[in-house]
Amino acid sequence: MSIDLSQFIPSFLEESFEGLELMESELLNLKEGDNETIDSIFRAAHSIKGGAGTFGFVKVTEFTHLVETLLDEMRDGRREINSKDTEILLESVDCMRLLIEAARDDEEYDQDKVAQTTSRLAETLGDEPSSDSDNQSENMVAASNVCGYTINFIPEHSLAKTGNDPLFIFSALAELGQLTLSADCNDLPALVDIDPQELYLSWQLTLYTDADEAEIREIFEWVEDECLLEVVPIPDTSNTSQDIDVLASEEEPQSQSTTTKQESLVNTPKSSTETELAQDGKVEDENIPAKAKAKADVGSIRVGVDKIDNLINLVGELVITQSMLSELGNDFDMDKVDRLTSGLEQLLQNTKELQESVMRIRMLPISFAFNRFPRLVHDLAIKTGKKMELVIKGEQTELDKTVMEQIGDPLVHLVRNAADHGIESCEVRLAKGKPEKGTISLDAYHQGGNIVIEIKDDGAGIDREIVLAKAVEKGLIDVNAILTESQVYDLLFEPGFSTAAEVTDISGRGVGMDVVKRNIQSLGGRIQVESTLGKGSCFKVHLPLTLAILDGQLVKVGSETYIIPLIAIVESLQIDNKLINRVSGDMVLYRLRDDNVPILPIYQLFNLATKCTEIDKALLVVVEADGQKIGLMVDDLLAQQQVVIKSLKDNYQQVAGISGATILGDGSVAMILDIPGIIHMALAQAQHAQREKTDGNASVTAEVCL
Amino acid sequence: MTKVLVVDDSNSIRDMVSFTLKSAGYQTVEAKDGQEGLNKAKSSSFDLVISDVNMPNMDGISLCTELRKLVNFKFTPILMLTTESSAEMKMRGKSAGATGWLVKPFNPEKLLATIKRVVK
Repeated sequence: MSIDLSQFIPSFLEESFEGLELMESELLNLKEGDNETIDSIFRAAHSIKGGAGTFGFVKVTEFTHLVETLLDEMRDGRREINSKDTEILLESVDCMRLLIEAARDDEEYDQDKVAQTTSRLAETLGDEPSSDSDNQSENMVAASNVCGYTINFIPEHSLAKTGNDPLFIFSALAELGQLTLSADCNDLPALVDIDPQELYLSWQLTLYTDADEAEIREIFEWVEDECLLEVVPIPDTSNTSQDIDVLASEEEPQSQSTTTKQESLVNTPKSSTETELAQDGKVEDENIPAKAKAKADVGSIRVGVDKIDNLINLVGELVITQSMLSELGNDFDMDKVDRLTSGLEQLLQNTKELQESVMRIRMLPISFAFNRFPRLVHDLAIKTGKKMELVIKGEQTELDKTVMEQIGDPLVHLVRNAADHGIESCEVRLAKGKPEKGTISLDAYHQGGNIVIEIKDDGAGIDREIVLAKAVEKGLIDVNAILTESQVYDLLFEPGFSTAAEVTDISGRGVGMDVVKRNIQSLGGRIQVESTLGKGSCFKVHLPLTLAILDGQLVKVGSETYIIPLIAIVESLQIDNKLINRVSGDMVLYRLRDDNVPILPIYQLFNLATKCTEIDKALLVVVEADGQKIGLMVDDLLAQQQVVIKSLKDNYQQVAGISGATILGDGSVAMILDIPGIIHMALAQAQHAQREKTDGNASVTAEVCL
Repeated sequence: MTKVLVVDDSNSIRDMVSFTLKSAGYQTVEAKDGQEGLNKAKSSSFDLVISDVNMPNMDGISLCTELRKLVNFKFTPILMLTTESSAEMKMRGKSAGATGWLVKPFNPEKLLATIKRVVK
């Protein structure tokens, strides 16, 4: 019977990559004497090795064996944990990843790197030849002129307690050839003395077979310590010896090759150690994280059984409700209206729960995307010679899987930038009175219908002047141009823009920030920069929770219904005329406790006709995004409900101020307002208006108020 | 029908072993570590236990020791899946009461041939 192993390979790969991630993060946390951590790292390596062997990834097995040996020594306390070994192990994790990816894609891998790491591993291990190549093939006796064996098998009385049963052993033997046996009952005690759990018999077997002695001994492998075993060849009197030879020689080369392979693994790299170490690989920095991510786009998702169970359960309930309703419909009369109503309510409940459960399947905690960063920062710290640590917050924030997959690379870029350009060297930091160790923090949280990912560093900050000078030099802006803070930072995302004095291999080629921005935009998100010179910078990536269902407030403007994401709403209020403050231009501010909130009439924004144009008669929905508040003037508040976001871009085209559309219960289409976008528009308008006026003394500008 | 308990923390190996056994007509129950294996063993009886050695929560050797303490498992064959084929490993298994061992990597054919030594 043959079983196709390939069906198990995807799950092997998946768990291997998980194992590698675990190894990596545990290695980064590894401290002296932390046996539990070592154990779990060892287990991960061990599982990968075992699986790789079973599924035929020889290179992975061979390499992982070395890793495992090293880990084993650490685990047994034969080797102290030091940072050098940890580095080697981290590198090994990279290599294992390379090898597994290569095996998966059936592609070539970076042989230099693997060879180099192999040699370092071997070196660390002290070049001990791998220990388990010993038991391979000492039992290859010349099997000529043998047509069978007589076997004396005298088991110990307690044999059965190991779970072995002579009968099964005999039937396994019988499969090799023709078996006759006779039992020796001499040891059998008197009936009263018999312990039913003991074994008193011994056997003499005669087996006529082509198999060699090793095969027979193998069958007794598990009991050899609990019995007396004699295997005596029966000399062949006829001429069948040739067949046996063939059989024996088929076995031999196989086991030999295993031995040589293991030897060569240790030897070859050793010979090339010097050369390899000399040409230290710069490639690795570019290759590993990028590759790993690019190919991680597997079209599968791992879902907890509980989530699935829950779904099945809900579907079950839905079916029950459905059958109840259809029975109700069979002969309906008005007496049954109550039951119908409650049935419909139940249906509503079922649908809602089902919807939520289905949505939850696609959502993963962002720790999936954050996990790779401790390692990245660790490596960057070594590479740049700076001291830095990474602080991760909000890793449980859930994000749609698709978005997660695509945000990885931009985040890597931003973190690299922070490490390379942001964090200063130890001396500079100390001179500035900052702690020697720089901090890069990653944070994720929900804001409105968005998820915000913050990449913050406490480094040098962005120098406005340098950015401006550079932009002028590159011809991006006019020498006399006056730019706002955010416009200056926008320059960073221009193609080919780099402020790094020196181009390093980590970042600074200016390739990337524009790509970062484009990637984020293509996800329907945007990026925002805040920076204080000398204090640090913060990059905020705003991403929509695509596919998400949104809790929305329905509002009415003229004949249109719009939806405002509920989470963006601070409060809704009736406008009090006394609190209205008309300042310069068209800007109208509303005094909301300590804030001055600009009022933006939606009918003006979208050029709608409405009767409700008087500010004091309308309702104000105060919304907030990015720490900025704005009051949206609407005619009326309608219901609050969950809406399914339909992409406007896919169905029509992107419209400023609108983040999507939805279909309401009555079948009509309603637009979902893009609050941050609207605030930006309002800002831009205010600035525009200000510039139009060219009145330098314009007292209060929207910008200031915001 | 011969009922086998398969204990391994690696999904792929567990799936593979289980699938192989099922396709040969065995009935299987899976557990992802020693503790789960022990719990399942306590609530049911098995004709054979195949267990990995290195697992979180409870390793295979401890599982074996624990199983031997149960009346139902006094004579039940327990096979350890190991990647080491060293004598030391075998002794550890033996002294915990293991019946035998299967050295990884193994292929499905080998697995089926080998377990014939201890079950139908």
